[in-house]
Amino acid sequence: MAGTGAALNKSSAPTQHLSARNDDERKGLVLISAPFLYALILLAVPVLSVVAHSFWTQTYLTIDYSLTLENYRIALSEPLYQTLLLRSLRISLTVGIATVLLAFPMAYFISFYGGKWKGLLLFLVTLPFWTSYLLRILSWKIILGRQGALNTALMSAGIIDEPISSLIYNSNAVILTLAHSWAAFAILPIFVTLEKIDRTLLEAATDLGDGPFLRFLRIVLPLSTTGITSALLIVMIPVVGDYVTPKLVGGSEGIMIANAIQSQFGRASNWPLGAALSVVAMASVALMSGVVVVMIRALARLAR
Amino acid sequence: MMKIRYSGRYWLAAYAVLFMLFLYLPVLLISVFAFNNSAVPAFPLVGFTTKWFDALAAAGPIHQAALNSLNVALFTAASSTILGICVARATTRYAFRGKQIMQGVIMAPLILPEIIVAVSLLIMMLGLGLELSLATIAAGHILFCLPYSISVLVAGFEGFDRSLEEASMDLGETAFGTFWRVTLPMMMPSIISSLLVAFTVSFDEFILAFFLAGTSPTLPVYMFAQLRFAAKLPTILALGTVILVVSVLLLILAETCRHRAGRRMKFEGT
Repeated sequence: MAGTGAALNKSSAPTQHLSARNDDERKGLVLISAPFLYALILLAVPVLSVVAHSFWTQTYLTIDYSLTLENYRIALSEPLYQTLLLRSLRISLTVGIATVLLAFPMAYFISFYGGKWKGLLLFLVTLPFWTSYLLRILSWKIILGRQGALNTALMSAGIIDEPISSLIYNSNAVILTLAHSWAAFAILPIFVTLEKIDRTLLEAATDLGDGPFLRFLRIVLPLSTTGITSALLIVMIPVVGDYVTPKLVGGSEGIMIANAIQSQFGRASNWPLGAALSVVAMASVALMSGVVVVMIRALARLAR
Repeated sequence: MMKIRYSGRYWLAAYAVLFMLFLYLPVLLISVFAFNNSAVPAFPLVGFTTKWFDALAAAGPIHQAALNSLNVALFTAASSTILGICVARATTRYAFRGKQIMQGVIMAPLILPEIIVAVSLLIMMLGLGLELSLATIAAGHILFCLPYSISVLVAGFEGFDRSLEEASMDLGETAFGTFWRVTLPMMMPSIISSLLVAFTVSFDEFILAFFLAGTSPTLPVYMFAQLRFAAKLPTILALGTVILVVSVLLLILAETCRHRAGRRMKFEGT
């Protein structure tokens, strides 16, 4: 199989001898086979089995394997799930945009003015992202709580008399916590594209009479759309699947679709419904991401 | 013109400082309250104490959970680094059919919502009749840490000068001998860096561990369960402080290794 592959694949390494290419192909496949099989068995097969479950029915302790769309009907028509799904998409989009807005100036600063400190700054910015996810959420629970750090600090400073109770247990608390969690991660792709911008283009724009604002709008922004798009995607997609943040700081007004999925696989113990909710959540975030990508491309074309 | 540019720079620098405060202050508060002599984390601070750390030192279940996490993270770090070396080597050195698709499947856990990965694994593990344990957590963690290991390793493998290996083969070393005595030592900094990053990610990972844990919890799973009890909060904050310090130290070590790897490539590659 590897032999025919190498013969067909004429575009790769044209200068190399055919047998060497053959050998290369075999070695590469042998090397990657173990990790690939691992990912296939522990990721691709399980995800397919989730999709399969979504067409089955839970009957008490056993599963009825006859195919049905009933789970999808419930997932899409039940008002509770509709609310949770729409809220999750809204939160994920808001967090995506917020993180990009927060991250962009920082990435810009590091890329254009970082100088010899670039590496260190990038490390410092990403460091909190690698530290405990649970602790980062916990810190916001401590800050935003009714008797929490922010309220008690404001009260002891005499700025407010009564604790503000609207700080926590709503979707804004979820958005703030998630934006904090992901801001650092969004910097990386934006930074990478900013680094690739040819600095002489900026000089050329200046020579041709563009001020700093126009220069930014017409050169930097359009050339960094790839970074902005990937930053949005790597934030929006995982955020839809987060259930710990809503659980700890969301309250009943802030819970998301992932909490419903978690409960179907936990207490409620209805795997097929949980599976259908997972598929719906994945499909809708994929759809939303697609729309966002198309819109950003259109905007970038307009700016140019 | 110049004036505008400079003022822009100062605004950006000021923003950068604010951004850093936004990133670090919330996490630092955990450590501040861990040393505060009060059962509730609130201002004004009451006084300095280390009693929450003493309570931590005396708590048996926490030690057991920490030990569980340590075992899982060590096993995960070693496995995901070994698998990661295979992938990084295959993709940076060889051209073969299906490379893109295989890479895509391997890197997918990085962009999939974590709960989807967790739920899928749970369905499969229970479907296969496996009992949930630390082993099932480790199996999930290897899948989840592999993309991180690969990112670190590929960066290290990319600048590798192939002529060094050819020289070794020409001088009569076997293929394995060349790998063992030339390739591996050159790659060591990025391998160590991958071990440290995978260890940290696994040690802190919560969602997969929550779904795949049997009767013995990892540290984050144990911490999450303890959050229900308000009285336990200060001890959890003390524990959080220890975890933060250890994670930061490991990550600094990983970054130093990566940096060294980069320098070594530049130096010996030219």
